[in-house]
Amino acid sequence: MLRNSPPESADIGELKRRATNLRRHMLTMARGQGQGYIGQGLGMADALAALYFHELRYDPANVTWRERDRFLLSTGHYSIALWAAFAEAGVLPVEELPTYGADDSRLEMSTLDTTPGVEMIGGSLGHGLGQGVGQALGLRLDGSGARVFVELSDGEMQEGSTWEAAMSAGHFGLDNLVALIDCNGIQADGPVVLDMEPVAGKWTAFGWSTQEIDGNDMEAVVVALKAARTKGGKPHAIVMRTLPGKGVRRIETSEKSHFFRVDVGQWDGIIAEFEKSLEPAA
Amino acid sequence: MSAANMTGRTLAMGEDEASDGARAMVDAPFGKALARVAKDDPSIVGLTADLGKYTDIHPFRDAFPDRFFNVGMAEQNLIAVAAGLARTGKTVFATTYGVFASRRAYDFAAIACAHSDVDVKIVAGLPGLTTGYGGTHQAIEDLALMRMIPNLVVIDPCDAVEIEAATEAIAAHKGSVYMRLLRGQVPAVLPADYKFEIGRARHLRDGTHVGIVSTGLMTERALDAAAVLGKRGISVGVLHVPTIKPFDAEAVVNFAAGVDHLVTAENHVVSGGLATLVAEALFDAGQARPLTRIGLPDRFIECGSVPTLQARYGISLDAMIERIGSLVKVAA
Repeated sequence: MLRNSPPESADIGELKRRATNLRRHMLTMARGQGQGYIGQGLGMADALAALYFHELRYDPANVTWRERDRFLLSTGHYSIALWAAFAEAGVLPVEELPTYGADDSRLEMSTLDTTPGVEMIGGSLGHGLGQGVGQALGLRLDGSGARVFVELSDGEMQEGSTWEAAMSAGHFGLDNLVALIDCNGIQADGPVVLDMEPVAGKWTAFGWSTQEIDGNDMEAVVVALKAARTKGGKPHAIVMRTLPGKGVRRIETSEKSHFFRVDVGQWDGIIAEFEKSLEPAA
Repeated sequence: MSAANMTGRTLAMGEDEASDGARAMVDAPFGKALARVAKDDPSIVGLTADLGKYTDIHPFRDAFPDRFFNVGMAEQNLIAVAAGLARTGKTVFATTYGVFASRRAYDFAAIACAHSDVDVKIVAGLPGLTTGYGGTHQAIEDLALMRMIPNLVVIDPCDAVEIEAATEAIAAHKGSVYMRLLRGQVPAVLPADYKFEIGRARHLRDGTHVGIVSTGLMTERALDAAAVLGKRGISVGVLHVPTIKPFDAEAVVNFAAGVDHLVTAENHVVSGGLATLVAEALFDAGQARPLTRIGLPDRFIECGSVPTLQARYGISLDAMIERIGSLVKVAA
């Protein structure tokens, strides 16, 4: 599935199917542990499907390919979403997914770089954008056409280091850098505890080319990613409004969607509900 | 104190802090060595956080402007960007002051660099008590902090000769490094043929009454103190330990076995740094024994002139001579 550049047109139906598969993989993983940051992962499934099956220059059979686009998951606790994307893309065997979070598994609940395809150690928030700036600078020094995509979250925007990195990306004119800001409105202590609005305005003020979209609208995600290919001397911010738990009604409506835990055995019911929701209306 | 009695002067940024002898001085040994190494190694990139002029990286910046980036006053970002660059195959030298590299950017040095096992060399100015700017600028506990980070090499060089040799060595070393920086006019103390190796201590002088285990600029004072005390009939040996991590415990234990009194000397608080490492090494080897620890006390140090402060807190040459001399009674 090696891709040297994004295709001109996207097959939206196919990307939606991939996003559904990512959600299916995440539910499989959550069943293994009975818990996890499933809400965030489900919310990000559309963006990850668009990245790994449309936008990224990427070779799943050679994850250290020099010319690859880099995807940095700054919120390491979203690892469940990354493992789903890796499994769907063929970087990891699908059969390994149930080991998520188990002792000695490669599929940690917070990303380490010991798993193939991981570009940074996530988990300590506020690390991703700065490391993305460094990678974008390094690729530009090498004359590489590869780009760097950094996922970060609205809660993570509270980390000051995010803004140090945002300033430097604007200063260095890194138009090979794309920040994907997952605005899902939740953080550890509940709904986002500091008002982050206007999110898009902050990025624009720091010298970024900024777009704001519904992050669960596949068409909008694909269009925004295409616009972020522009080489205008500015880094690109895509503010994505996502719904935590997207696709699984019981998680979407949970007040505890930041870290979702249910009793062992109940996951089968959740998965059955999810599969039923996918069936066309009779 | 009346104004007329005030003699010391607080050093301004950029002035030299390591000159207190009659030795040959070398200007900006780190930056010159880095520029030299970078000629043959196109992977080397230099970064600073608004302290390029004050961390001696300017010779590199002038020689390779396209490989040099100033990220502004943002030390967390400095280390994060360095780690990102390293992930694209660069060997990154990132400079700032020790206080900012250790206290402020600690999480980034630990996770983005050492845990990620990337080639980031953090080169940190104003080590210990080498500036009169007070607790905000004196990195008096950086060795203790940085040595606690797994997989991070920690180096405290003695002089210009060692800074140049260590710069070459860490450029060739795969992995993350924290190195203290003496900047500006730095004395040449060690012989020109001195060999630096990461992780190796160097036995610089034989002696039987007292053995000084020293690191950083305190090795110059240890050698000078040993020469003065030798004239008084006190035989003083010196073991120089430029690498705090990995620590050459074997050399320390062997050295300690040959002396009556053991002394540590460091430009750092006496807890958590060299003295602690020496004590641990001796205890591990079953050689627990009295240890005289020369270094800074457990307190924030005030503003003032460097010579005054170093004398006040016992790390000046005269203070060392007095303290060590008091350990040994020799027949008149």
